[in-house]
Amino acid sequence: MSTLIPLIALLAQGTSEQEHVPPDPPTAQDDHSMPYKEMARMMEMDDRSTFGKVMLDRLEWRDADGGSAFEWNADAWYGNDYDKLWLKTEGKRHAGETESARTELLWNHTLTRWWNLQSGVRHDSPSGASRNWAALGVQGLAPGFIDVEATMYVADQGRAAARIAAERDFLLTQRLILQPELELNAYAHDDPVNQIGSGLSDLELGLRLRYEPRREFATYLGLAWTRHFGTTASLLRSGGDDSQQWQAVAGLRMWF
Amino acid sequence: MSTLFNARLSRRHFVQGLAGSALLGSATRGPAQNAAAPSVLIGPNFDLSIDTLPANFTGNARRATAVNGQVPAPLLRMRQGDTITVRVTNRLPRPTSIHWHGMIVPADMDGVPGISFPGIAPGSTFTYRFKANQYGTYWYHAHSRFQEQVGLYGPIVIERRGGERHASDREHVILLSDWTDLDPEHIYTTLKRQSDYYNFGKRTVGDFFADARRNGWRETIADRRMWGEMRMNPTDLLDVSGYAYTYLMNGVTPTGNWTATFNRGERVRLRIINGSSMSFFDVRIPGLKMTVVAADGQDVEPVTVDEFRIGAAEVYDVIVEPSDDRAYTIFAQAMDRSGYARGTLAPRAGMSAEVPAMDPRPLLAMSDMGMAHGQDMSSSDMSQMDHAAMGHTMPMPSSSGGALKHPATESSRNVDMQVAQATPRLNDAGVGLRDNGRRVLTYADLHTIGGPIDSREPGREIELHLTGHMQRFIWSFNGQKFSEAEPLRFMHGERLRVVLINDSMMNHPIHLHGMWSELEDESGAFLVRKHTVTVQPAQRVAYQVTADAMGRWAYHCHLLYHMEAGMFREVVVAHGEQSSEHHHS
Repeated sequence: MSTLIPLIALLAQGTSEQEHVPPDPPTAQDDHSMPYKEMARMMEMDDRSTFGKVMLDRLEWRDADGGSAFEWNADAWYGNDYDKLWLKTEGKRHAGETESARTELLWNHTLTRWWNLQSGVRHDSPSGASRNWAALGVQGLAPGFIDVEATMYVADQGRAAARIAAERDFLLTQRLILQPELELNAYAHDDPVNQIGSGLSDLELGLRLRYEPRREFATYLGLAWTRHFGTTASLLRSGGDDSQQWQAVAGLRMWF
Repeated sequence: MSTLFNARLSRRHFVQGLAGSALLGSATRGPAQNAAAPSVLIGPNFDLSIDTLPANFTGNARRATAVNGQVPAPLLRMRQGDTITVRVTNRLPRPTSIHWHGMIVPADMDGVPGISFPGIAPGSTFTYRFKANQYGTYWYHAHSRFQEQVGLYGPIVIERRGGERHASDREHVILLSDWTDLDPEHIYTTLKRQSDYYNFGKRTVGDFFADARRNGWRETIADRRMWGEMRMNPTDLLDVSGYAYTYLMNGVTPTGNWTATFNRGERVRLRIINGSSMSFFDVRIPGLKMTVVAADGQDVEPVTVDEFRIGAAEVYDVIVEPSDDRAYTIFAQAMDRSGYARGTLAPRAGMSAEVPAMDPRPLLAMSDMGMAHGQDMSSSDMSQMDHAAMGHTMPMPSSSGGALKHPATESSRNVDMQVAQATPRLNDAGVGLRDNGRRVLTYADLHTIGGPIDSREPGREIELHLTGHMQRFIWSFNGQKFSEAEPLRFMHGERLRVVLINDSMMNHPIHLHGMWSELEDESGAFLVRKHTVTVQPAQRVAYQVTADAMGRWAYHCHLLYHMEAGMFREVVVAHGEQSSEHHHS
């Protein structure tokens, strides 16, 4: 059967080879491609085009001694597949004043399959003295879907610092997501006016349970455990603060 | 419909759409066409007018891009051998275009702005002229940005000179599509911001424990570890899901229930076109066998199946013979089971049959990642796979055996995975259809009647790897986006073999304009002539092409957002020194 049908078709109708008619050559087509930009404009198809995203990852209230504290962590990027301008900001307000604020403006360059190089500047405006740093680091996705940021900073007077942050999502349902998070800061030199000591300065472990009624908007509850180490811890204790604390957190996460 | 009710439309309502056909048209036109009777224009001369139109498929007022006030665009009926003239007038405020998908027309009539012609400027009319040398079911759609997504698609039927080879008593065209209330620009931007945004079928912590109970801790942990090392998701089946889409059959929502009629005992030919932008459908008609008689407009040796998968832009003609006085559901579930298009085949209008439940959402299998079944899933194997795959510059041997080599350009930050082995698997029904108890069509079942259009052996081979980066939503051939690649050059008259190796975990329907893709089996023998060839994850597919179409052509993945993101090449067919003397009679 399967061999008969084409045979019959061949006898009755001729082969595809006989039936196929190539198209006439074009009469009104340019011979050569235009420059990519012009072509992309005409095609309305440009794989070099730029995009942007604003991520307010944490707008967070924390129960703290003497009332609640507000912390934020946000970033924004704009650029193409390979190069993006990246803005990051993180900080804490407590008792009516900004205790700490870190802002980074970075050039994000896609380096490998999973990692981006980030370089730029960082400005700290804590309640003490502000500091400016040059920043160089990587950001990417580590095995196991762990979002990682690892950055080195240098400033004048030989100051140096390092920061590592990592987080991962565990889906309880498609919209209820548990997110463990880790952040570690280290400094090369004492900075007593900003209550920073040399060495490993602080570690924060967080666990947040967020609900996403929409992907772009979530509310969450969680716990954060902060511990300060070494000289930083001593400086805090001498100022009457705890070097280690548990805090309940509640917040909003949104992006657009 | 009250505002209150509008505001409370459930997701189910959103996905399944409104009862009745979409409310199209302005006040002056009245509430539009009954889409159950799609309008038909008879050739050889057509006048098409492209304009935006109010549309309401889900309860939300939106604007569609319509042809002659219709979504889908009217059916164009032509006769084989006629010289066709189509005057297309653009009443949009932006350029537009129409591409005749699957029709072999001169390069300047092919309708791809920037390649075929400059496009059709607002307010102007472009006249397409070409000869309909072929016959069969095809379709037309815009090739301008996302106009295809918002409604600019319609069917084409070219009647065969001397009558159809496979006789039928009546026929219906079934055009499947994926409507969205969202702005496609927003969808594209969203995919760039969070590529798994539309995937609401990911594995949860609960699934982990369920798997551990079923398969044991050891295997479950190894499985999660493997996917974690790859940073891939086995539920990544379609980039845009039923969360954003309402699937339409001839422009009618599932609730609207598009209905086609038959008389008992008739042979009914269904010309089924996937005119969607981003969707694969698994199509079946519970209670009826379907005899596939044509693929991509080309008559094939009849093969009877229960179900077939149809990729974006693919076309299958089937014949069904309903013998009972009852209704049958035409069921087209999206590959990720996030929704379905549905209609009814019935002796009389107003009847309906049970709508089957969607199948469980499938997971990608080992074979979809280029790993053999039963291969150890330990991380050492995974890293081996990674390293074995990288850094090679040697071309792939034409046989399917041996270690797989990847082009140097693929060692790119644009490419998130490379398969260790790619197999033809032409008899693989694909993810979600394997061993489902139904007879499912595969490419191995398809045999075009009349053989290939060119019996010469291919003189050379071009290998292209289908590549991408899921997380960054970058898509490419050989790790190079359109902007980074030179055009592919075919010598006029040559017969060549194109080998496609899918290094990604998604299915890609690859469409070559202007020339046929003549799929071969594992031994190199001719199988089927297609205009759009779906390549499954970790699959190696080879087809032969006769470069008999002078000019510049588009070659791309027919998932619209993959194309926009770089999975596109230009093909230039020009006279070359080695050009053969081959001519067709």
